Amino acid sequence: MTAILLFEQLLNGLQFGMMLFLMSAGLTLVFGVMGLINLAHGVLYMVGAFACAIIAGLTGSFWLGLMASLIVAAMAGALIEVGVIRKLYQRDHLDQVLATYALILIFSGATRWLFGAFPLYLDVPEILSTPVNLFGLLDYSSYRLFIIGIGITVALGLYFLIAKTRLGMRIRAGASDREMIAALGVDIRTLYTLVFALGAALAGLAGALLGAVQSVEVGMGDSVLILAFVVIVIGGIGSIKGAFIGALLVGLVDTMGRFLLPYLFALVLPPDTAASVGGALSSVAIYILMAVILIVKPKGLIAANG
Amino acid sequence: MNKLAIAVALGLTVSAASSLVLAAPVKVGMITTLTGGGASLGIDIRDGFMLAVKQANNADLSVVVEDDARKPPLAVQIADKMIQREKVDILTGIVWSNLAMAVVPSAVAQGKFYLSPNAGPSALAGKRCHKNYFNVAWQNDNLHEAMGSYATNEGYTKPYILAPNYPAGKDALVGFKRMFKGEASGETYTKLGQKDYAAEIAQIRASGADSIYFFLPGGMGISFMKQLTQSGIKLPVMGPAFSFDQGILKAVGKAALGVKNSSQWSKDIDNTANQAFVKTFNSEYGRLPSLYASQGFDTANLILSAMKTADVKDADAFRAALVAANFDSVRGDFKFNANQHPIQNIYVREVIEENGILTNKIVATALENHGNVYASECSL
Repeated sequence: MTAILLFEQLLNGLQFGMMLFLMSAGLTLVFGVMGLINLAHGVLYMVGAFACAIIAGLTGSFWLGLMASLIVAAMAGALIEVGVIRKLYQRDHLDQVLATYALILIFSGATRWLFGAFPLYLDVPEILSTPVNLFGLLDYSSYRLFIIGIGITVALGLYFLIAKTRLGMRIRAGASDREMIAALGVDIRTLYTLVFALGAALAGLAGALLGAVQSVEVGMGDSVLILAFVVIVIGGIGSIKGAFIGALLVGLVDTMGRFLLPYLFALVLPPDTAASVGGALSSVAIYILMAVILIVKPKGLIAANG
Repeated sequence: MNKLAIAVALGLTVSAASSLVLAAPVKVGMITTLTGGGASLGIDIRDGFMLAVKQANNADLSVVVEDDARKPPLAVQIADKMIQREKVDILTGIVWSNLAMAVVPSAVAQGKFYLSPNAGPSALAGKRCHKNYFNVAWQNDNLHEAMGSYATNEGYTKPYILAPNYPAGKDALVGFKRMFKGEASGETYTKLGQKDYAAEIAQIRASGADSIYFFLPGGMGISFMKQLTQSGIKLPVMGPAFSFDQGILKAVGKAALGVKNSSQWSKDIDNTANQAFVKTFNSEYGRLPSLYASQGFDTANLILSAMKTADVKDADAFRAALVAANFDSVRGDFKFNANQHPIQNIYVREVIEENGILTNKIVATALENHGNVYASECSL
C-alpha cells in the first residue's frame, strides 16, 4: 500500500460523499421544512438520469442533458407536490410513507412502460472522458473531479440560499414554526412547492451526473435512497450542514472500508478468506457507523431546530 | 393392392393411436423476472421461449407466465399457485440462483418437472440433484471455468479478479481459479448491487495486474466498465457473457469494445437452427437475441421435442424423452450429463461493432464438450 493509493482512495471517498450530499440535501430539506418523509426521492433521481440520457441521446450533448435533468426533475417534483404530497402534510408519517411508496411503484412502472426494461446509454462528455494527471503522481478521472467540484458548488450555493436570501429565511422560518410564518402572511403553499421542486432538482442532478458513470435503468434510485437516509440520519434530520458532514463521512467510511478492511484481514487470514470477510464487513461499515453515532448523539451530528 | 390398403389402414390406425397418446396437453408455468432490477434477463428468456412456442404452433402446449420481481418469497408463492390451482406439469423460467433454490426442490418433490433456462446453482447439480430437475443453460461455474482456461492459454499470469459477495459471486471466482493456472494478483468481493467502483479500480491500478476478470451481472457490470474506461486503465478485460450480452452492450457503449467474454451461445454460431433463430427473433421483437433468449428458446424446444414422443402424465417416459434431448439446440451439439446439466462447448467471444451495433463474435473455443465437476456427487 502506498501513500499515492491512499490519497487516491481519499479522493474517491470525497467524490462519493459529494454525490451522496446532492442526493440527501433535497431529502433533508423536504423533511426539515415540511416534516415529510419522502420515499419517492429516489424516483426523482431516476427521472433525472433518464431525462439526461434521452436528451443527450437526441442532441448528442451531455450538457443539454444535464440541464434537462434539472428541469424535468424539478417539474416532476412540483407535480408530485401539488398532486399528492400537499394532501399529506397533516397526516402522520405512516400515511406519507405509504403514499410516497406508491409513487415509487407508479413512476417505475410508467418509466418501464415508456422506455422498456433495458438500461439506457449515457456516457460522460468527451472533454471529461480522459483522466488528468494530478501533481505528477497519479492519473485521476477528470469526471470524478468534476463531480467533486459540482458538489462543493451546490453546497456553497445552498448555504448562500438558506443563510443569505429572503427565500432562505422563509425556509428556515418554515422549518421552525409553520403556523407562525403562515400567520405572518407568507404563502406557505408556494414555498413548499418551491422547496420540494428544489430538492427534486438536486436529486435529478445527482441522477444525471451518476448516470454517466453507472447504469441508467428502472429502479436505480432505490439503493441510493437507502444511503441518502443513512446520511440524513447521521447528519441530523432536517439539517443541510448535517447532510453535508454526514455525506462526506459516509462516503469516506464506505470507500476506505472497502479498501482497507480486506488489507487488515489479510494480515491474519489467507487471501481469499480475507477478501470475503473484508468484503462482507465493509458493506455494513456505514451501518455500524450510523449505529455508533446514534448511540452517542441520538439526534444525529447536527440536530436541526435547536 | 389389398396389401397396400391394409398397410395404409394400419399406418393410419397406428398414427391415430399414437397421436391419441401424444395429444395429451402440457401446461407450462413460467416464473421469471419481468419487473425491477434484472427484468431484461427475464424478458429475454420469456421472449425466446414464446418464440419457439409460437413457431411450433402446437395447440397442446399452453404457457402461463408470472413475474417474480426477483423476490424469493413471491416466486415460492407463484410456484405454489401454479402447481395447485393452475395444475401445471412443468415449471421453468427462474433467472436467479437464490430464487431457484427457494422454488425448485419443493416443486420437483411434488412430482413436477423443472427445466432451468438460466440459474444453475452447484447445490442442485451435486448432492441435491433430482430426476425431475433439468438445466438447459449451464452449471453456474461453467462460463467462469472457461475464462480461467482461456486466461491461462493467453499467458496471463496476474489477473485481478472480482465478483459480488453472494453465492453465485463466490462460485464465479472459484470456477475461474479452478481452471486458471497461476495466482491472481488480487481478489475482491464487492457489495451486491454496488454501483461505484472507484476504490476497487484504484486497487487494480496499484496491484500491477496484467489483466482483469470480473463477474458483475446487469447494472453493476455497466457501471464497472464505464468507470474502468474513464480511469484510463488499459488492461485486457475478461468476463462471463452476462456483462456483455446483447441486452446491456448498448448501455455500456464503446467501453466494451475488445472485451473477451465466455458463452455457450453466440449469434454467429453457424448452424441452421441458430441462423433461423437470430433472424426470426430479430424480426419478431425488433432486437438481437441475447444468450438468455437462446436459453429460453432451447428450453421450449426441449419440451416440444419430448412432447413428440411421450405423454407428460407418464413421468418416466417423459423424463426419458427429456434426457434424450432430441432437439436442435441453437448452440449446436447438446446433450445431458449424468446430473442432467448440459455437456457443451463454451466459446470465447469478443465485443465488436457491426453495422453500428455492438455485438459479439466468437474468437476461440475455450472448453470442448464440457460438463461440470459436481456430476460425481449426484446419485442419478
